Amino acid sequence: MSFKIASSPHQHNQLSTAQIMRLVAFACLPGIAVQAVLFGYGVIIQLLLAIVTAWCSEALVLKLRNKPILPRLKDNSALLTAVLLAIAIPPYAPWWIIVIGTAFAIIMVKQLYGGLGNNLFNPAMAAYVLLLISFPLQMTQWLPPLSLQSVSLTPADAVCAVFSQYSCSGFSLTQLQSSIDGITMATPLDTLRTDLSRGLTLDESLTKPVFFAFAGAGWLWVNLAYLLGGLLLIQQKIISWRIPVAVLASLFVLSSIASLAAPDTMAGPLFHLFSGGTMLAAFFIATDPVSASTTNRGRLIYGALIGVLVFLIRNFGGYPDAYAFAVLLANMAVPLIDYYTRPRTYGHRTRSER
Amino acid sequence: MGFSQHTGKDGRLSMPSLFQQIQAGKVWDFHGGIHPPTRKQQTSQKPVAVMPLPDRLYIPLRQHIGVAGQLLVKAGETVLKGQPLTLADNSMAVPVHAPTSGTVLAITPHTGAHPSALPELTLVLAPDGKEQWREREPLTLASCDNMTLLNRIQESGIAGMGGAGFPTHLKTGVNQPVDYLIINAVECEPYITADDLLMQEAATTIVKGIDILCQLLNPKAVLIGIEDDKPIAAAAMMAACSQREHYYVRTVPTKYPSGGEKQLIQLLTNKEVPNGRRPVDIGIVMQNVGTAFAIAQAVLDDHPLLSRIVTVAGDTLSQPQNVLTLIGTPVSSLLNFCGFQSEPKQRVIMGGPMMGFTLADLSVPVVKTTNCILAPTAEELPAASNEMDCIRCSSCADACPASLLPQQLLWYSKAKDSEKLAEYNLADCIECGACAYVCPSEIPLVQYYRVAKAELREQQREALKAEQAKARFEARNARLEREKQERAERNQQLAAARQQQQLASGANNAVADALARIKAKQAQASADTANTATETASAATQSSADKTAILAERERKKQQAREYQQQKAAAIAAEMKADENAATDASTDQIATPSDSAAADNSNSTADNKAAAVAAAIARARAKKAAETAPNTAAPVQTDAEASTEAKTETDNDADPRKAAVAAALARAKAKKAAETMQSTAPAETAAAALTAADSEAGNGVDPRKAAIAAAIARAKAKKQADSENS
Amino acid sequence: MTLVTALIAVGTLALVFGAVLGYAAIRFKVEADPLVEQIDDILPQTQCGQCGYPGCRPYAEAIANGDDINKCPPGGEATIRKLADLMGVEAKPLNEAQTESVKRVAYIREDECIGCTKCIQACPVDAIVGASKLMHTVLVDECTGCDLCVEPCPVDCIDMVPLTVTPERWKWDLASIPVKMVD
Repeated sequence: MSFKIASSPHQHNQLSTAQIMRLVAFACLPGIAVQAVLFGYGVIIQLLLAIVTAWCSEALVLKLRNKPILPRLKDNSALLTAVLLAIAIPPYAPWWIIVIGTAFAIIMVKQLYGGLGNNLFNPAMAAYVLLLISFPLQMTQWLPPLSLQSVSLTPADAVCAVFSQYSCSGFSLTQLQSSIDGITMATPLDTLRTDLSRGLTLDESLTKPVFFAFAGAGWLWVNLAYLLGGLLLIQQKIISWRIPVAVLASLFVLSSIASLAAPDTMAGPLFHLFSGGTMLAAFFIATDPVSASTTNRGRLIYGALIGVLVFLIRNFGGYPDAYAFAVLLANMAVPLIDYYTRPRTYGHRTRSER
Repeated sequence: MGFSQHTGKDGRLSMPSLFQQIQAGKVWDFHGGIHPPTRKQQTSQKPVAVMPLPDRLYIPLRQHIGVAGQLLVKAGETVLKGQPLTLADNSMAVPVHAPTSGTVLAITPHTGAHPSALPELTLVLAPDGKEQWREREPLTLASCDNMTLLNRIQESGIAGMGGAGFPTHLKTGVNQPVDYLIINAVECEPYITADDLLMQEAATTIVKGIDILCQLLNPKAVLIGIEDDKPIAAAAMMAACSQREHYYVRTVPTKYPSGGEKQLIQLLTNKEVPNGRRPVDIGIVMQNVGTAFAIAQAVLDDHPLLSRIVTVAGDTLSQPQNVLTLIGTPVSSLLNFCGFQSEPKQRVIMGGPMMGFTLADLSVPVVKTTNCILAPTAEELPAASNEMDCIRCSSCADACPASLLPQQLLWYSKAKDSEKLAEYNLADCIECGACAYVCPSEIPLVQYYRVAKAELREQQREALKAEQAKARFEARNARLEREKQERAERNQQLAAARQQQQLASGANNAVADALARIKAKQAQASADTANTATETASAATQSSADKTAILAERERKKQQAREYQQQKAAAIAAEMKADENAATDASTDQIATPSDSAAADNSNSTADNKAAAVAAAIARARAKKAAETAPNTAAPVQTDAEASTEAKTETDNDADPRKAAVAAALARAKAKKAAETMQSTAPAETAAAALTAADSEAGNGVDPRKAAIAAAIARAKAKKQADSENS
Repeated sequence: MTLVTALIAVGTLALVFGAVLGYAAIRFKVEADPLVEQIDDILPQTQCGQCGYPGCRPYAEAIANGDDINKCPPGGEATIRKLADLMGVEAKPLNEAQTESVKRVAYIREDECIGCTKCIQACPVDAIVGASKLMHTVLVDECTGCDLCVEPCPVDCIDMVPLTVTPERWKWDLASIPVKMVD
């Protein structure tokens, strides 16, 4: 028998990094389920593709870097990146889109910066931006929600669509994209932007079938599902409440002011909160610990910055939705935010008191 | 915020309202903290057990922060129970006492109660089982002044029993006004119930101890902080305090590390100890409940700190319990008393699971600060798995009671960036382990900080040392410069005097006179040692002669230096040549010449022990070199033996420089001979040669006794060599 | 005409900014330590002379005048790195490979000391005490470990011994604790 020498503390709580990552991925499940039901099974195929690609690329780079492969694959961080990217892209985007995106996220954005914990940018969002800029057409092909689809798709159709861009019965993606009345459907945010630029008022635009109640048809439910998942994460203390609250609050405040100032051209707060990827971004993407701010005050600033950027880009920028850009821009500001929001250490004066 | 309101002048002004809040029972909160499973039920319900005397007691001479006292006993002495073993001869010293009567077996280094497991000077005591007390003189609180009390506390060996071990008399002997005396009975670490049991069983004595502390410190209020998971202890304390109106028992929520000094101050008074200051600077003194108990025993019973309650817990024990243990009891005895069944790769922790350290072996004794011995199973406290990458989740920052940013500190600790570490206030880390406890990547954060802190301390020490070295170097240079100047001045004066003399008398005669005087002087000087020569010279009245004497002296020194250089060069040459075996002899011959003449010269000019020593050393060095190059394995020992004998004899002989020089010459000759013999003759012969050499030398020496010893050594070595040769 | 206006405008601006900068340079001047002082502060002050200069300050002056920064074995890599930072040059490895990682101090084997005072004269920081023909000893706290006393000793009775680690100076190297097998 020998005595083991170890450093204190000798007691640990048993929540590991791998468990945290897995829990976040699980919390996405309600959203994914709603997305699959309302927008077709494409998202599941994308998920599988993304996860396989992520594992392969992670293993490849770890091998090249002479690092232990299995323990690091088991930390589930690649899995989470893959999941987030897969649910962010259009469900029927061609298969190579997600493969390129995931590989880029893992190899370039994560591993080349030094692996888990060292990347400056959110890998999923950096990959999303890459895809959006490189393949704008494929990245905007969102199908209308199930209720508005002219042709309903079976799971087999989904596989065909992802791999060949045609459903098994021979409909092209463009045909699938058009609604019952034959008009090509865009996402609600896209539709609104186009309408407003054509001179329609907000109310006129909102009468279109792609909108439902105060937000986009289908999108409302997806957002509610992600909100549910996010609240679970906060309740489990996996993520801090500060970032999502700051994102949503700043978006809410800004859009309220804007819609009061220009009711005809600016959408209201509810529309903003429940359209596009708002909830997904606020609870799952902005809270990625690696690329987010780490101080409590910093998290509030970081979240608020994302909210402001989203509002600005949605209303005044060139893209209908803006989370990827907003998150990446806020990522860049994180070191600065962290530096200036250091908490006051016990027994020390604050900067201003000094 | 609380900080700016309650410090300095503000603190005094806001006192009434704060005091009222405290009186009303308000308890504040501190940032961070964690809730590990407390696991105190193992031991908190059982009475304190008393352990039988162990076979041996290992009493480290220093068990507190400060310096060890002066040792009062010797090995073999019999000591009585309570007899001081060391004397506190200064304020930073705290004595240790014999925990029981017995015999001092030894005073040796023994593995200490420290994470490093480095040996510390320890007194080993064999108890005789009689428990014979020394004479005791109990004091009464009314009859003595503060000085007597403080002396008694120091003499009784009391140092903070909560874990740090800061000398209690220093903490209680402060001159600043004290608002609050806080008695720390929080005991927030999991498993530990020593203070809990002490309060349950001895609340009255504790309160008597607090009375003594009150007399010393005169605080406005006494706050006794107890965690809310110890209701029995809190009730006992409450009952014991019922007669004292300014004693307040406060229960604080169970949260780790609320027992930390700074954290408890924040909990009970909402004040923060400013960076780099002590609690007493904001009018607060904190004492552990165990310390209060020890003070009461020391003052009222004259019972010095001989034992303490130790929680012995963990699933490898059949009877986890609190044990009243004598200071110095080895951990192994204590564990065996509680039914220890060890596992492979067993961890035994001294202290709690959060801040304790693992023991490298079980002979480590219980010391004054030991509150817990933990022997957990692997399932109970699983060993940390592999460290993974930090995911910047900031759980550590949320848990940190000092509001530090542990992950930034980790980053800079790894980068060894001491400036940034200071900027992020590494020094404020209390090493509570909350950050490492919550870390999902299982990074041993505290270990990183400890290493970085030790590094910083070392750097500071180095910087201080460098500064001192620089000052000393400069002082020395200044001194040398001053001496040089003084010499120059004196020379100038001498020159001036001589010139005057020359002017006064006829020129040529004076010079001749001076030369004559110089010679006389030299002759005189040669009789004395070098130093006395210089002194006599400087004291002499004949100025011109003095000057020349000094000059001669310096010239001689220079000459000597030159010779030394030459010899060294020759020695190097010898080494080079010695590689080729054939050449060895020739080269030794060559070198012998200059050093011979040097020795002769020196003995002529002035008495010179140094020269003799130098010659001896050279002889030794040469012999060594020859030995190194020798192909024969037997030879080195032989040559060495001879050379050292010679050197010794020479050094012994150095009163007579001439003879020393002769001896040196002989040594060289012998070295040469040895070199020859080792090539040709048998070992036995060599030994014989050594013998004769030693004998002949004995004849030469002035002191026959010393020479005899030298000869004996030579013979012994020769014999040894011969033995090794035979075997 | 416009050209002239533009030139005047740009010229005036340049003048104004120049004046502002000039003023700021004088007004907000930071008194920096002279370079030699800064270098001297970084050097370990062992005064060992292994750099080839008689002491740390002369070497500091030499560095300020462009000598190599890698001639200080007692300072080791850390000193070189700091010097490289200060001087804005590349950090070089120590020119001799004999980096001393362990701190050492001189120790005189007192039985063998003949009291020659040679080591006392050699010690740059007066850390050896003793008198002629009497035993000498080293003040451990003051010894810088410079080695300079070893060479002059005629009887080779000075050793450089590693400083013993005390619990106070222990650097939390858990790996250094020997694991004992019991039972």
